[in-house]
Amino acid sequence: MPSAVAAVKPRIIILHAPGTNRDREAAVACELAGGRPEIVHIHQLSAGERRLGDYQMLLIPGGFSYGDDLGAGRLWANDLYHRFRGDLDQFVLAGKPVLGICNGFQALVKAGYLPGPAPEQRVTLTVNQRGRFECRWVRLRAVEDSVCLFTRGLPEDILCPVAHGEGRFWVDDAQQQAALRSLRLVALRYVKAEVVDDVRREVPVAPVAGYPANPNGSYDDIAGICNAAGNVFGLMPHPEDHVYAWQHLRYTRGERGGLGLGLFENGVRAAAQF
Amino acid sequence: MSVSATDRIYRVQVSPRPGLANGTALLDDIRALGITGVTQIHRSELYFLRGQLTDAEVQLLCTELLADPIAQEAIWAPIDRVPPAPEGVSLIEVGLLPGVTDSVAQNLLARASLVGVQGLSAASTARSYALEGNVSEADLRTIAERLLSNPVIEYYALGYLRPHVGDGHVSGPLRAEVVSVRGLTEDELVALSRDRLLSCDLKEMQAIQAYFYREGRDPTDVELESLAQTWSEHCVHKTFKALVDYVEVDEQGVEHHETIDGLIRRYLRAATQEIAAPWVLSAFVDNAGILAFGDRHEVSFKVETHNHPSALEPFGGANTGVGGVVRDVMGVSARPIANTDVLCFGPLDLDAQQLPTSVLHPQRIYAGVVAGVEDYGNKMGIPTVNGAIYFDEGYTANPLVYCGCVGLAPRGSHPREARPGDLVVVLGGRTGRDGLHGATFSSLELTDTTGAVTGGAVQIGNPITEKIVLDALLVARDERLYTAVTDCGAGGLSSAVSEMGAEIGVSVDLARVPLKYEGLQPWEIWLSEAQERMVVAVPPANLARLQEICTLYGVELTVIGEFTDTGRLQLAYADQPVADLAMSFLHDGLPRRHLHGEWRQTPPAPLELPADLPHRLKELALSILAHPNVRSKEDVVRRYDHEVQGATRVKPFVGLCADGPSDAAVLQPLDVPGQLGVALGNGFCPEVGKLDPYAMAISAIDEAVRNVVAVGADPERIAILDNFCWGNPALPDRMGGLVRACKGCYDGALHYGTPFVSGKDSLNNEYLDTVTGRQVAIPPSLLISALGLVPDTDCVVTMDLKAPGDALYLLGATHRELGGSMLAQAFHLSGGTPPGCAAEGPAVARALHRAISSGLVAACHDLSEGGLLVSAAEMALGGRLGLEVDLAVMPAAAEEQLSPGERLFAESNGRYLVEVAAEHAVAFEALLAGLPAARIGTVVATPTVNVSLGAETPLLSLALSEIESAWRGHIDA
Repeated sequence: MPSAVAAVKPRIIILHAPGTNRDREAAVACELAGGRPEIVHIHQLSAGERRLGDYQMLLIPGGFSYGDDLGAGRLWANDLYHRFRGDLDQFVLAGKPVLGICNGFQALVKAGYLPGPAPEQRVTLTVNQRGRFECRWVRLRAVEDSVCLFTRGLPEDILCPVAHGEGRFWVDDAQQQAALRSLRLVALRYVKAEVVDDVRREVPVAPVAGYPANPNGSYDDIAGICNAAGNVFGLMPHPEDHVYAWQHLRYTRGERGGLGLGLFENGVRAAAQF
Repeated sequence: MSVSATDRIYRVQVSPRPGLANGTALLDDIRALGITGVTQIHRSELYFLRGQLTDAEVQLLCTELLADPIAQEAIWAPIDRVPPAPEGVSLIEVGLLPGVTDSVAQNLLARASLVGVQGLSAASTARSYALEGNVSEADLRTIAERLLSNPVIEYYALGYLRPHVGDGHVSGPLRAEVVSVRGLTEDELVALSRDRLLSCDLKEMQAIQAYFYREGRDPTDVELESLAQTWSEHCVHKTFKALVDYVEVDEQGVEHHETIDGLIRRYLRAATQEIAAPWVLSAFVDNAGILAFGDRHEVSFKVETHNHPSALEPFGGANTGVGGVVRDVMGVSARPIANTDVLCFGPLDLDAQQLPTSVLHPQRIYAGVVAGVEDYGNKMGIPTVNGAIYFDEGYTANPLVYCGCVGLAPRGSHPREARPGDLVVVLGGRTGRDGLHGATFSSLELTDTTGAVTGGAVQIGNPITEKIVLDALLVARDERLYTAVTDCGAGGLSSAVSEMGAEIGVSVDLARVPLKYEGLQPWEIWLSEAQERMVVAVPPANLARLQEICTLYGVELTVIGEFTDTGRLQLAYADQPVADLAMSFLHDGLPRRHLHGEWRQTPPAPLELPADLPHRLKELALSILAHPNVRSKEDVVRRYDHEVQGATRVKPFVGLCADGPSDAAVLQPLDVPGQLGVALGNGFCPEVGKLDPYAMAISAIDEAVRNVVAVGADPERIAILDNFCWGNPALPDRMGGLVRACKGCYDGALHYGTPFVSGKDSLNNEYLDTVTGRQVAIPPSLLISALGLVPDTDCVVTMDLKAPGDALYLLGATHRELGGSMLAQAFHLSGGTPPGCAAEGPAVARALHRAISSGLVAACHDLSEGGLLVSAAEMALGGRLGLEVDLAVMPAAAEEQLSPGERLFAESNGRYLVEVAAEHAVAFEALLAGLPAARIGTVVATPTVNVSLGAETPLLSLALSEIESAWRGHIDA
């Protein structure tokens, strides 16, 4: 039975709103990870042409939905909450994997799905500490004891770009801060790498990242969090932009590894159970 | 929900919570104005809500839409009951003028009913600045006017702002007006052109007059405006098509006369025709040049300028500049895959007292332009991967904003044939009064009253509107639903529709065009340059399917007319005919211009190097590295998303710490199978242009070619684009320089075998200060953009040094060419010989490419601004490695007897520094046999660049830390 299920590639719905722009790379990543992605416009969902329940995994990709007007992800969150809440709640409660990247993370946070339970918004992603959009590569490390299904058993740090202006993970309430830790919801952290002269390579060192390793001033170097069940996960960086070895920022220096693919593979593996 | 007189207006103020506010950058800007009394500044967002709203509904809008519950707090009140501002705080509030695009307000209005608020009838946004400290009203006005608002699109108040929200637009009767031209004297014709901002000269006005004598009637304002737009410099390139009487006086004083049958035909297009590259699929014909990319795809490339709008409203000007060039690529049915931008400003530290009247300070233009480029490119999801930023006092009043876009499409997916009976369909944004007279405005010289007179010429973009049009258009393309497509750029519908119907005829009802607000006159609808609109020709049978696609993506589609077989442009406004012009007159009736150019070739004035130069080499090297035109632009470049679409294989910054400046970007589109890539580079040398525009063109082509070859492009598969920004071509010296530059373009293109595939010119970049009477022209500025094919992306090379022990080679000959160099600029030296054509340049490029393709090259960097030393220092920094360099053996003619300063800083063309691993040295040298190339150094682990002249004569030594610090703009005293 399990082998028969695994032979069918899980269907992944990649949501597209006006202004979404990293959906095509996300689809490439899902395909490489063994999934069967389909980019679906939210209007197709609203019109009933597609049903969330027909898919085994949901990916909310990056971009500038509605131009980030009224705050990054705010209006998309508003869509999730007002147009699709019933179906989305069911999807989440069933334990199906949900991945929000960048703008998708912002939407899930602002709709209350991260850290959850929806609809109360408990944390936020706000304007970068340096006050501007930045695009640069970062090093991400999975938090070992996290309940997140996407980051489980990753063999190494992920290297991939961030590209955002409102990615500063922010939680002001001490109780919430404690809950993130006690429920093991922190899934990914920015970590600093340091140059070692003799091998001319970048190697990881202990955390407390600081700028620019933590590119936006996120609280506790947090790059991604999940919900208490571990099936809803969001992150600001773009693992979908490092799924081929040649995309590595130091490929011409012979560096390999750090692919973002593992996150998608974990998601697809979990999706295959449904 | 429409506005009504009983509506109330609420003011909502949203502020960051303590700990998240950051006003330090603004405080710095205020201090830079010389105002020191301000101790704190807090910015908050304002929303004005108009409608029949309960308190609970206003609160609901705040909670659900306006304020982030964690990061922000909202306070609100009816506008007539807002409590006074706290003591000791001064307010400056800034809002948008009526009619200026306010996408946030539009989104808010569209959303209200979803969250359960039905009574919101109008909304607008603004921002509020609360200043603490001791600050006079005069200071507040200075801050408001110089820093926080721009009267072209905004208004401000000291204290609470009175909002424009849901105000009606005033308008008279809507009809076309008949304008008398028959019987006007010459003076009256010229006056008519001036008063209506037509930018037509007397001969053109006379041609119009003669046409209407033949027609037996006077034109309508719609017809007059259509003709002026179609005949504008921006749309028809009158100067580049003009007959030119050219006289060149050579160094001996001998005059050489020549009649040039159009610059484009004689030089630019001629070069392309002579090179006759089979992989050029379309040159100079479409909205963008198109090249073969593998067997099944094509890439397109276009570069535009948006200089005049950026001078008046930097954010909006640059923003819509990007939006416009992206639409050009959409206009050849392609998906945009990369943006480029080259920006030119006055010095950022320019003394404000020296600023001509009504000119924005370079710092403000720079900040606005960068933000505008960032906003549009990032939001469209197009990586911005290549560009340059250049500072010169000559750009103070006329900043230059070159925006480029590369597209990718399946081969042959761009249809070009609208047929009679096809519908004229507008997609995307609505039409407003924005951008009126943009096409003719761009042909005027700026004066200190231009902003006030042509405020309408400035547009504000909405990248998301363009993104959804793109999404829908690509589906329509793949389903082959349209027979022709073009974008609404300069000249709006007038330009787009009459171009598409030029060969057949077209009939349009202007009353059908969807408007942002009521009250536009027919000519305004026709000429409006409102952004984010595309026009497609659609066979009636395909309309229903196209409508379906547009509905899915939320794109507004409107049928405004149909293509005909009448050969005429026929416009109506509802039942009133407003234009009926023969297409042949519209497109071919323009009298050819006849211009005069003069160029006086003088022998290069000797460039006197300072006597103590040998002792100042290090100081000079560091000051060049720190020069605004050389130093790292990382703080700007990182604000552009260069990774979106996942195709950026060689990134703008490379090397161990990702801070080495790439020569070019390489893109490997994910949806094209195989290892094909596109390399993008550019050449721009206005400093050389000040000496000789011919040499500038040669150098710019050489630099653009070097850029892309250095990363792995095949030198036999490079296409180039020309973008001229020049002064007033009616002045013979400006025109003479332009001819020289075009001659250089022709010779340079043939030398390298690089065809021109697209080009554009922006002329009249002169500023007349009506107070001082001073006329200021920009430096002659030719941007050459190169697109090179990378046949195998596995072989791409970056410029950062890779390993100690590797050999460093210098390719290409060095000459005594310091004219226009960084060295000359650093010492404020004039004269000198500008770089000439690198005779061996093409052979060196081919050999280098063979070496790169064979995997022999570890790193490669071209030599450009600053010459050899700057390139070597950048390579060392990129790899965090040192170099031992000996200049005694560099390829140079022995009889030239180059001094150390010339060896280090000459900017001769055709040169590269190449790192080769020891085991490949023999094979590499064999490929370069017979060409100017020499091993000049070795990569070392010690973090120092040491340069000597022979073993005995050390010249200078730079520590990596010194290089890095200078390169980031700091020089330690």
